[in-house]
Amino acid sequence: MRGQSHDMVQLLTPDGERLEHDEFAFTGTTDDLVGFLRDMILARRFDAEATALQRHGELGLWTPLLGQEAAQVGSARAVREGDVVFPSYREHAVAMVLGVPLTNLLGLFRGSNGGDWEKLETFKNYQIVIGCQTLHATGYAMGLQFDGAVGNDDDADNSAVIVYHGDGAASQGDVNEAYVFAASYNAPVVFFCQNNQWAISEPIALQSRIPLFQRAQGFGFPGVQVDGNDVLAVKAVTDWAMQRARAGEGPSFIEAFTYRMGAHTTSDDPTKYRRAAEDEAWKGRDPVARLTTYLRNEGAIDDAWLAAIDDEGKALGADARASIPQLEDTTMDKLFATVYAEPTVALEAQRREYAEYAASFEENA
Amino acid sequence: MSETLTMAKALNRGLRRALQADPKVLLAGEDIGKLGGVFRITEGLQAEFGENRVIDSPLAESGIIGTAVGLCMRGYRPVVEIQFDGFVFPGFSQIVTQVAKLHMRTAGQNPMPMVIRIPFGGGIGAVEHHSESPEAYFAHTPGLKVVSCSNANDAYWMIQQAIQSDDPVVFLEPKRRYHVKDTVNFSARPAPMHQANIARYGTDATLLCYGPMVKTCLDAAAVAGEEGTSLEVVDLRTLSPIDWVTITSSVRRTKRAIVVHEAPLTLGLGSEVAARLAQDLFYVMEAPVLRVAGYDMPYPPARVEEEYLPSVDRILDAVDRSLAY
Ligand SMILES: Cc1ncc(C[n+]2csc(CCOP(=O)(O)OP(=O)(O)O)c2C)c(N)n1
Repeated sequence: MRGQSHDMVQLLTPDGERLEHDEFAFTGTTDDLVGFLRDMILARRFDAEATALQRHGELGLWTPLLGQEAAQVGSARAVREGDVVFPSYREHAVAMVLGVPLTNLLGLFRGSNGGDWEKLETFKNYQIVIGCQTLHATGYAMGLQFDGAVGNDDDADNSAVIVYHGDGAASQGDVNEAYVFAASYNAPVVFFCQNNQWAISEPIALQSRIPLFQRAQGFGFPGVQVDGNDVLAVKAVTDWAMQRARAGEGPSFIEAFTYRMGAHTTSDDPTKYRRAAEDEAWKGRDPVARLTTYLRNEGAIDDAWLAAIDDEGKALGADARASIPQLEDTTMDKLFATVYAEPTVALEAQRREYAEYAASFEENA
Repeated sequence: MSETLTMAKALNRGLRRALQADPKVLLAGEDIGKLGGVFRITEGLQAEFGENRVIDSPLAESGIIGTAVGLCMRGYRPVVEIQFDGFVFPGFSQIVTQVAKLHMRTAGQNPMPMVIRIPFGGGIGAVEHHSESPEAYFAHTPGLKVVSCSNANDAYWMIQQAIQSDDPVVFLEPKRRYHVKDTVNFSARPAPMHQANIARYGTDATLLCYGPMVKTCLDAAAVAGEEGTSLEVVDLRTLSPIDWVTITSSVRRTKRAIVVHEAPLTLGLGSEVAARLAQDLFYVMEAPVLRVAGYDMPYPPARVEEEYLPSVDRILDAVDRSLAY
């Protein structure tokens, strides 16, 4: 594959074979891996459900994650209490692993609200303006450092930030500025780039002439390319990067080499810009299939387990569907009340004007 | 407890007080540490408070503002310095797409108690991009508050009020007035930041202005006074939200209004003020609201800036036109 380095870290082959690596090892148990597989299957299921909800007109848009389950689950499982996540707009599996209610995601894409997550302290808002969040993450990481939450002898006192961005985002000024700030201040931030090969219709070749992970060196911190469809490798590499950050050793960059198997969003038509052969080639690297093969061969899961997860997925889908009518739309009053922390007379006047206007309909009804 | 200080020194004192008062206050910007900023507004502060409180930033405006967003999320109150007005634009996206919106998007969970200090306006003979008046871009953006000081006392107090505010404040410093001295009263309770100030009382017409134009308007009022015309000068101080109470009560009395600003005429602050006065005081005013502003051109080369900037004469011409109705 173009852009795939000989140094790409892989611990589980597409055929489900375990590999050894000199620097990175998966330290979890087989039970952990069963848990990861469950996360990935349920994330895939939820994603399919949300896509269908968009088709039914229940969501304005959806950003499918199909194909990126391992990159997201593996990295999210390296996040621990005290760490903070700055997502882009496709990190549904990360949200799921961190316990953000999935209805929060649906509410955002439905347009019920602007994204006031329930766990905003640990999982920040989705970001639509490409790359902006990399600076927020870096600033937050600087704050962690000022607060003395990095490099303490007692590791439990240490925290780090992980920020997600895409391959297209790597072209943005903000992202490059974030790399500079992170390096200059040695901020405890991990840049987790999901190189899914495409920025809407633009291939990675248009964004970078060299593999993205090699850029990190130019900014003065380590960059690692990992097989983004290998959850073991992603977990191992992210553990390493987060631990470095927490220990005060500064930023690092992870290029998760993966593939967006579906459309960019529900408005997109990938057949216009990429060949079916490419999709086929990547299907052979499916993150869910390879872990399933491995765990089956290990005897850790069987048909009954898979059937049970399938049932769980169906229930999750039903819950997602059932949650739609329960989603409460924000109100003009709430919006008026939250434009500013300290209210203004001028806006209060507009709120009253709106309220009177709205009330006039009720009287007529 | 008062002292005569330049506006630059008054800002420095205000920042110092804010740093002392709250350990969560941080300053960040290009050259603000050892150098004390290109206008020396932060002089001596890094030596006193250390490199983690007064932070020299890499040369990247979006980076400065974007990292300040993250610092706000972490509970800090960053005060960032943009070196010159014309260089805020690389950071403009962060200001309008992030700083202004995060409070509402998060239903109030992520306040942005950030101050963005911008030395603004012309009249110092600078090269291009060093003399601009971008206030309307910010005042047009819901979620931001925008203020401008015009004298040392306000500079001292308003910068502290802006830092204490839980909302993001774009703080415009009229750079050509940095070295104007004034009495700073350290003990008297200041007016609220979002309140206009009647800088001079008069009866025949009201000049509405802010920042660098307040002194020009006061000069114009002094000349007019010698000629027997009594002009009231209202220093808006706050551009978003605008203090309509003070403005309309003044114009209700004088029945004539002239808005004066350096920024280009079309869709400038004056447009909003004129529209609002026409709406609220249509039957009271004796003349339409007039505007004296910069022309609708990019800021001109320094050797002709005097032609471009509102001057005492242009203001007095407008006063004559208003009185002729
Ligand atoms: C500043 C900005 N420009 C353009 C867009 C429109 N847009 C949305 S997603 C996208 C592609 C992003 O690609 P990439 O960073 O690779 O992320 P991916 O969607 O593949 O995860 C574009 C151009 C945007 N949201 N923000």
